[in-house]
Amino acid sequence: MYSGRAHKVGANIDTDAIIPARFLVTTDTGELGANCMEGLEPGWIKRVSPGDFIVAGENFGCGSSREHAPLALLGAGVKVVLAKSFARIFYRNAFNMGLILLEIGDGTAAIGDGDRLEIDIDKGLIKNLAGGAEIPFQPVPASMKEILDQGGLVGYVRSRLDGQPA
Amino acid sequence: MKHTLAQKILQRHTGDAITADGQIAVCKVSLVLANDITAPLAAKSFYAMGATKVFDKDKVVLVSDHFTPNKDIASAEQVKVVREFARAMGLTHYYEGGAAGVEHALLPELGLVGPGDIVVGADSHTCTYGGLCAFATGMGSTDAAAAMALGETWFKVPPTIRVDISGEPAPFVGGKDLILNVIGRIGVAGARYKALEFGGDAIDALSVEGRMTMANMAIEAGGKVGLFAADEKTLAYCSARGRTGDALLAPDDGAIYERRLAIDAASLSPQVACPHLPDNVRPVEECRDVKIDQAVIGSCTNGRIEDLRVAAAVLKGKKADKNVRLIVLPATPGIWKQALKEGLLEIFMDAGAVVGPATCGPCLGGHMGILASGEVCVATTNRNFRGRMGSLDSRVYLAGPAVAAASALAGHIIHPGKV
Repeated sequence: MYSGRAHKVGANIDTDAIIPARFLVTTDTGELGANCMEGLEPGWIKRVSPGDFIVAGENFGCGSSREHAPLALLGAGVKVVLAKSFARIFYRNAFNMGLILLEIGDGTAAIGDGDRLEIDIDKGLIKNLAGGAEIPFQPVPASMKEILDQGGLVGYVRSRLDGQPA
Repeated sequence: MKHTLAQKILQRHTGDAITADGQIAVCKVSLVLANDITAPLAAKSFYAMGATKVFDKDKVVLVSDHFTPNKDIASAEQVKVVREFARAMGLTHYYEGGAAGVEHALLPELGLVGPGDIVVGADSHTCTYGGLCAFATGMGSTDAAAAMALGETWFKVPPTIRVDISGEPAPFVGGKDLILNVIGRIGVAGARYKALEFGGDAIDALSVEGRMTMANMAIEAGGKVGLFAADEKTLAYCSARGRTGDALLAPDDGAIYERRLAIDAASLSPQVACPHLPDNVRPVEECRDVKIDQAVIGSCTNGRIEDLRVAAAVLKGKKADKNVRLIVLPATPGIWKQALKEGLLEIFMDAGAVVGPATCGPCLGGHMGILASGEVCVATTNRNFRGRMGSLDSRVYLAGPAVAAASALAGHIIHPGKV
């Protein structure tokens, strides 16, 4: 169960908004997290407490392949992003890094900025404690769940390589 | 099953029968690519996976091109990580300094990609090689690391949008204008999780470089790949770059497309994508009087020799407006040298341009042409997201090399036929 506050953003939030290129001179999650969303609005990330959710419109994470984008979100304490839809490369990167993405379509309309949410990933249900709305969602696809359960793609490949002769 | 180009190429690299869109296919990869921003993370993941060697030393390519020549200490440290990883793995293809160019211009020039290949790259514009009929797509660093270790990756078989473009384009309308028009029609998420497949007589007539410009921006419509059939032109391009054994490749007759789009190229003006999304596309006539402070000609989209020839033809014997900084970045050392030989660099310099090294540089707001607040740039690059090239209060208009060159002369966006 995840619980936290919702922070709403618009459609087509690109990877330059999530983490501008000038910050891509490190692979450190904490440093990236400190500069998360600097391309959207300087200082925006300060309103996000660890465990909070980002609730976005369509095509969240469009643009570059930088894995620094999900790392920056994780570094800022975000563990789950909800959106109408996600861009393709970002979707793969997020699960590889252990960031959970929930595609909830028009369910985003039942969530207001600042609302407190409870999310049960296994049941596929979001409870909006602010208005009482219950938003069901499709469970995480099995192939993505398998990667998440290994803590991301690194763990997944490690277990595969362990089974190979040297 | 009759296959689209995307399905057909995936089928060649997997033992599973490809029978439907949405199916997960594990495929052998032909080449894995990363750059100075993404390779350090890939190396970190690679070692964390417990991997000790890459699947094939000839099939992992690393290019330091984004923040190079290294713009600061931190980026120099990153390039050092890439160089050391390349050495530790004994890679045949590591490029930096005078051997490096913008990766997606460099790899085709070196003959490293061709028809029927599957290329995965930790760079979103890896889709460029679709212009050579390669199933080429961007992934993150860790996916690239997994492919470096295993020599394979998984794909969800994408449905395909078929785009047929016919007619003879007007003067100054090139590959960039065609793809901007497509993105304007279908939107930045119009091909999300999908393949774009291009055909029609205007595509047959288009050069291989023009096709790569178009494929390059498939990602700007959210696409997984942007594919062109391999025809005689493709084969001639590949064999001129030392490749052997490439063959014609086309989609099956009767392949099933999710959607079809028909475009009359003859009806198009040069196109411009206005701030702050690549789908905010208008004919150049509607953008006139947008004053500019900078014009950038270069990048993996439009930094090839044909692009420089187009720009030089517009600029020849003329001077850029005194209020415009014109920056020309030939995309590879090979293109640089060719432009020098053809006298193009002299034309640029006589026009008042800064001619810089082969680098991604300003495209992503890295260096060599960053914008201050309130400034406006017309660029032949691929993204005009807010803040992409510098200040969050700057603006980028995307266009082809003819429009960028003409606008530099006029000091505002203008049709190249009017200068």
